[in-house]
Amino acid sequence: MKSGLRSVALALAAPTAALVFAVIASSIFLLIAGSNPINAYGDMIEYGSQLEIQVDILNRATPLYISGVAAAIGFKMNLFNIGVEGQYRLAALFAAYIGALVTLPPVFHIALMLIVAMVVGGAYSGIAGVLKVTRGVNEVISTIMLNAIAISGLIAFLIKEWQEGGQIQIDSSIRVGTKEIPESGIMPNINSWLEVFTREIGKGKELTGFLLVAVAVGIAYHIIINRTRFGFDLRASGINPFAARSGGVKDKRMVLGAMVLSGVAAGLVGMAEVAKLGRYNPNFVSGLGFAGIAVALLGRNHPGGIAIAAVVFAFLDISSGVLQITGSASREIVYIMQGIILLAAVISYEVVQRYRLREEAKQAGDALSEVETA
Amino acid sequence: MNQLTPQLTKVPAWIRWPFFAAFGILVLTLVQELGQNETSRLTATSTSQAMLRWCVPILLAGLGGLFSERAGVVNIGLEGMMILGMWFGAWGAFNYGPYWGLLIGAIGGAIGGLLHAIATVGFGVDHIISGVAINILAPFAARFLSSEIFTQYQGGSITQSPRVESAGDLTLPFLAGGWGTPNLFKAMRDTDLPWLSDIGSVLLGLCTRVSWATVIAIALVPISTWILWKTRFGLRVRISGEDPWAGESQGINIYWYKYVAVTIGGGLAGLGGAFITTELSGIYQEGGSSGRGFIGLAALIFGNWRPSGILAGSLIFGYPFGLGLRDLDGFASHALLLVNAIALTGVAIWAIRNKKTSDGVVALTLAIGSAFWYFYSDTVPDWWVNILPYVIVIIVLIFFAQRLRMPAANGQIYRRGQT
Repeated sequence: MKSGLRSVALALAAPTAALVFAVIASSIFLLIAGSNPINAYGDMIEYGSQLEIQVDILNRATPLYISGVAAAIGFKMNLFNIGVEGQYRLAALFAAYIGALVTLPPVFHIALMLIVAMVVGGAYSGIAGVLKVTRGVNEVISTIMLNAIAISGLIAFLIKEWQEGGQIQIDSSIRVGTKEIPESGIMPNINSWLEVFTREIGKGKELTGFLLVAVAVGIAYHIIINRTRFGFDLRASGINPFAARSGGVKDKRMVLGAMVLSGVAAGLVGMAEVAKLGRYNPNFVSGLGFAGIAVALLGRNHPGGIAIAAVVFAFLDISSGVLQITGSASREIVYIMQGIILLAAVISYEVVQRYRLREEAKQAGDALSEVETA
Repeated sequence: MNQLTPQLTKVPAWIRWPFFAAFGILVLTLVQELGQNETSRLTATSTSQAMLRWCVPILLAGLGGLFSERAGVVNIGLEGMMILGMWFGAWGAFNYGPYWGLLIGAIGGAIGGLLHAIATVGFGVDHIISGVAINILAPFAARFLSSEIFTQYQGGSITQSPRVESAGDLTLPFLAGGWGTPNLFKAMRDTDLPWLSDIGSVLLGLCTRVSWATVIAIALVPISTWILWKTRFGLRVRISGEDPWAGESQGINIYWYKYVAVTIGGGLAGLGGAFITTELSGIYQEGGSSGRGFIGLAALIFGNWRPSGILAGSLIFGYPFGLGLRDLDGFASHALLLVNAIALTGVAIWAIRNKKTSDGVVALTLAIGSAFWYFYSDTVPDWWVNILPYVIVIIVLIFFAQRLRMPAANGQIYRRGQT
């Protein structure tokens, strides 16, 4: 019991230390910039504790979480899929295009779009997987190159081909992008679910239905990683590839599988945005891929940890909006905070991990010497 | 390239490389002749001039990676260090002039390198995780700094700096007619002899109005070779990357050499970033590094962890950047398809002769596809021009990633006293 408590405390120590360090370091930056950190944090917390704003935070955390899971699948076996950024945008474009072509009953329509997104995301990350397995190309470099190819090449080309069936709309610039997706393809909001627990949300806020998809992704991730043969092989390859190989794990198939699975999850990242816009347009949300990597690192690739990290990042993103209104600090301070949290977390996890290993070695040594003396 | 022609390795490098370059220009000449003067941009003076400028950030990032990885620390964070270099370069250049900008940019990058060293060497964090964290941290930091500082300047904003000055430039005397001397390469270009005039044209571009910052960057190639292979410091850096435990047993403070090498590497990447600001765009712009740190890593791999190879790689990767900038109608990029086809055919022949059938088949397939596209179209779409550099990086890595040797302990976490 005591050791159980101890391990929980150790697990919490690292992220807490990172958070505290980030708050202190950002305070120093704020003081240098001539703002009062206590006012700034106070404003952010006060703003973030309003229910409407919490809806915004959850809406922001949803794609971040899916993106974090996508990155974590690769990380679990020391595979670095930096290409989530390109994968989700390409997937969202295809899903929006195909979703606008058909009219189906609502559930099937949405399911079709999700499947298209997953297939496109998986296929695109699969390219990097194939290059790594067959040609030994480092996946970090290939996925970065594929990001550039997807964003400034494929998407730029396809969006021109597909906008409103090839015709340029005259009425306004808002309509640039793919054709509008019919009502049946738009994921409904789940405000009614929330209203069961709380008073009415009101103020025109909508809680995205993709929150449920994100939860499903998290559960699927947990089951695949912890409850299946594939997940076991994946973790084994990540911890010790040589031992895994001699244990009969087909390492090439694992690399390809993990890469494709990561892309499949990445494909879902942009779908909440597609539902919000009703189409894919050139101003589509960007940067979720890299933020997802940060979230996965902060959450230690654990399904629950990633969720907490996604909410923390989303809170910082959304609640920083108030800083502009109150003028207590520049809202860009949250970028510094996110960056420092990330780096501090990565370091403190390593320190705690090392401390834990040393403790275990010591305990084992003590136990051994007890046996000898007895 | 050593691997491409084992029979040529006996020839000294200073003869071999110009030979390869002249042969490359011959291919470009043939393609241009075959295209019936569709384009002359492949060997235009302005193209080689642009190639040289665009290769410098890639070269500097590659050299930065070289120092870091020769000391055994994988450096994915080069891109982030470049971004820091871009920002600090802009700040320094705006306040104190371009040369100070380059220096301050290098210091900014070195701070990023030091952070990477603290995380990986000091705390033993996984090298790639730390690098990724720095790549995420750096643009955030730059954004914050811009919001605090550039927004107060006339013409600056949260995503960009005010315009900054460039460093001065140099035109080589006699070769390119600097300081009113005769102009040998221009005379060569104007002879109108098919191959010779193209060589003259390319060389003229490499020697005309070369920024002093470029001169410094090119000079860093032999300097890096000298430091890493001819000095005691370099030997110790390399032992940190090959076998740190052997070095430790000799009483070498491995941590110190890793720290210094990674910080120098960050400084070089930062210099590359500052170069983007002062020499290429004349302004700091968010996202302006466009993945060049990663392309520098690709050049490092292509160059087999050697300075001269990195230079060759960065010229190859810089070429489509420089060409794409001037190629608004896409004709030159179209002609480049045939060049690709010829180069890939060459790779295929070499691979099959060396009994690497799968390489040969892949190369031949790509060559046929490229040639097919060339003959069945008149021009290429603009998006193809934009992504060409990235496609070339992937194609080059497909054929070169496997047959190279990186430092033996590269990427391993070294802790003192543990084997």
